[in-house]
Amino acid sequence: MEKFTKLQSQAVPLPISDVDTDQIIPARFLKATNKIGFGANLFRDWRYLNDTETNPDFVLNNPKYTGSILVAGANFGCGSSREHAAWAIADYGFKVVISSFFADIFKGNALNNGILPIQISQNDLDAILERLEAHPDTIIEVDLEAQKCTVDVLDIECSFEIDPYKKYCLINGFDDIDFLLSKKAEISAFEKNID
Amino acid sequence: MGKTLFDKVWDAHVVDTVPDGPQILYIDKHLIHEVTSPQAFAELEDKGIDLARTDKTVATADHNVPTINQHLTIKDALSRKQVDTLTKNCEKFGVTLYGLGHPYQGIVHVMSPELGITQPGMTMVCGDSHTSTHGAFGTIAFGIGTSQVAQVFASQCVLMNKPKSMRITVNGKLNPNVGPKDVILYIIAQLGTNAGTGYFVEYAGDVFEDMSMEGRMTVCNMSIEMGARGGMIAPDQTTFSYVKDREFAPKGEEWDKKLAYWKTLPSDKDATFDKEHHFDAANIAPMITYGTNPGMGMALDAQIPTAKNETEVKALEYMGFKEGEELLGKPINYVFIGSCTNSRIEDFRAVASYIKGKRKAANVNALIVPGSQQVSAQIQKEGLTQIFEEAGFEIRQSGCSACLGMNEDKIPANEYCVSTSNRNFEGRQGPGARTLLASPLIAAMTAVEGKITSLT
Repeated sequence: MEKFTKLQSQAVPLPISDVDTDQIIPARFLKATNKIGFGANLFRDWRYLNDTETNPDFVLNNPKYTGSILVAGANFGCGSSREHAAWAIADYGFKVVISSFFADIFKGNALNNGILPIQISQNDLDAILERLEAHPDTIIEVDLEAQKCTVDVLDIECSFEIDPYKKYCLINGFDDIDFLLSKKAEISAFEKNID
Repeated sequence: MGKTLFDKVWDAHVVDTVPDGPQILYIDKHLIHEVTSPQAFAELEDKGIDLARTDKTVATADHNVPTINQHLTIKDALSRKQVDTLTKNCEKFGVTLYGLGHPYQGIVHVMSPELGITQPGMTMVCGDSHTSTHGAFGTIAFGIGTSQVAQVFASQCVLMNKPKSMRITVNGKLNPNVGPKDVILYIIAQLGTNAGTGYFVEYAGDVFEDMSMEGRMTVCNMSIEMGARGGMIAPDQTTFSYVKDREFAPKGEEWDKKLAYWKTLPSDKDATFDKEHHFDAANIAPMITYGTNPGMGMALDAQIPTAKNETEVKALEYMGFKEGEELLGKPINYVFIGSCTNSRIEDFRAVASYIKGKRKAANVNALIVPGSQQVSAQIQKEGLTQIFEEAGFEIRQSGCSACLGMNEDKIPANEYCVSTSNRNFEGRQGPGARTLLASPLIAAMTAVEGKITSLT
């Protein structure tokens, strides 16, 4: 997994709440047997009007908006457990998603793919979304070590929570699977008691 | 202090605790399917490691399979490759696969309980959010992402922080024509789609005690639709009678031993929950959804409430509905009866008992998709096939089908579909499709009337 420490970037606003993983990547694009290329279909049915024509009203098609931070409404990533949603977001180039609330499974999937989900207050989120609406060039700074998300022009500096173990994993690019494999002895001992 | 059902099962499966971090939770059964497993198998191959416990892993093909002519080669090349990849991976790593054509094949959350793979007190995971279904047995069951599928392959464990506990109690007696689907749609409409995030739910009270296992599965299945990772119901005589003598259920002395343990699982009287909700069964009416998340639900004969925010405004626009409008009388051209929520034999019995001697309206395409090969066989055995056929319903072979529209079973753009599935998200049943979630009874009635109609 790629390491994550700090990021300074423009951001893409998506002021919609309850964005479910079917919107992030519709089921008909889940037929691949690898993790490559899902970014091309990220938010497919909002991004395109039909098979070929892009929707000019959708934020990803607005050339003013760029950057590796996605700022979205509450309850982001609800619904299906498909990790393809996290793969699509990462493949498109986002490294951070900021929202006031994340669905559990998506949050775990994001962290397992080097994407940092940052939960901030609804007030701060609304202020950032409003700012982005008027000023697409607004810069957001994220410091994982300090657990801080800063928007200088708004005088916003929010602390965010992250599980200390997951923070360690992100900073060091360490996977859960490696950690679990290092616990084989404890797991085998547990199995002896239950099998 | 007393322990909850969830505490008891969770604590019995904790291998170790990471300081300041998650716990290592041991998994008793890992269910896999073709869509969320290939990348996990690839990770094992990349790392050159074996699958830790093939005896605790069971595979089926369900999400991406055709529901017609399953004996033929799958036409769609990508779907065929995904299903073939599952077969190859299962052969290579030694996993039991109930693939297409096998009498045990079916939607993972239908076939596992009916085979007795799902048992009380277990921990179960699957790369599918509706794994919460198995909580009906007093099981800790939850959906995981593909990275976690690989972790379970490699270690038989997941890393997880213990969720908070919530109890939802529904006491009283349900009104006529109100079933399990109405109960869970009502709860989600009352609490909202994120009320359960960070929690594991226990459903308690008369309504769930009186419910069949099929009904309990319908309720627990939709726990994820209010954000809860899972939902559980205390195992009781209904549970034990359902599990007993099923193919993979414990037998003989092993059964007696397990049964004695299962009886210790219900929450202690003095157990406390982080959050409690109480509802009165008498307030629950037959339900239907009108928006693009399962929380946007109301009584069948109610008027669409005022949109609470921009997202709900957008949802009504997508659905082509207006605030204050009634759904009664709305013409409906598509009815889907299936999915891991409502495709068990009890659901089809309810449908058959309503439509017997009736015929679907001319404008309606009514699709019946049994949850498993065993359900299909049972439908045949009980003579329901004839009832469905005479009513003009189309019966397919088992799979997830039009619930998520991964295969060719899709609802056309702008068409309404009254569906017994679990999600009414934009485009869930096909690009532009408009889904109205309801019970099998309401779906059957809609098919016959050709429009949404009141039961009274």
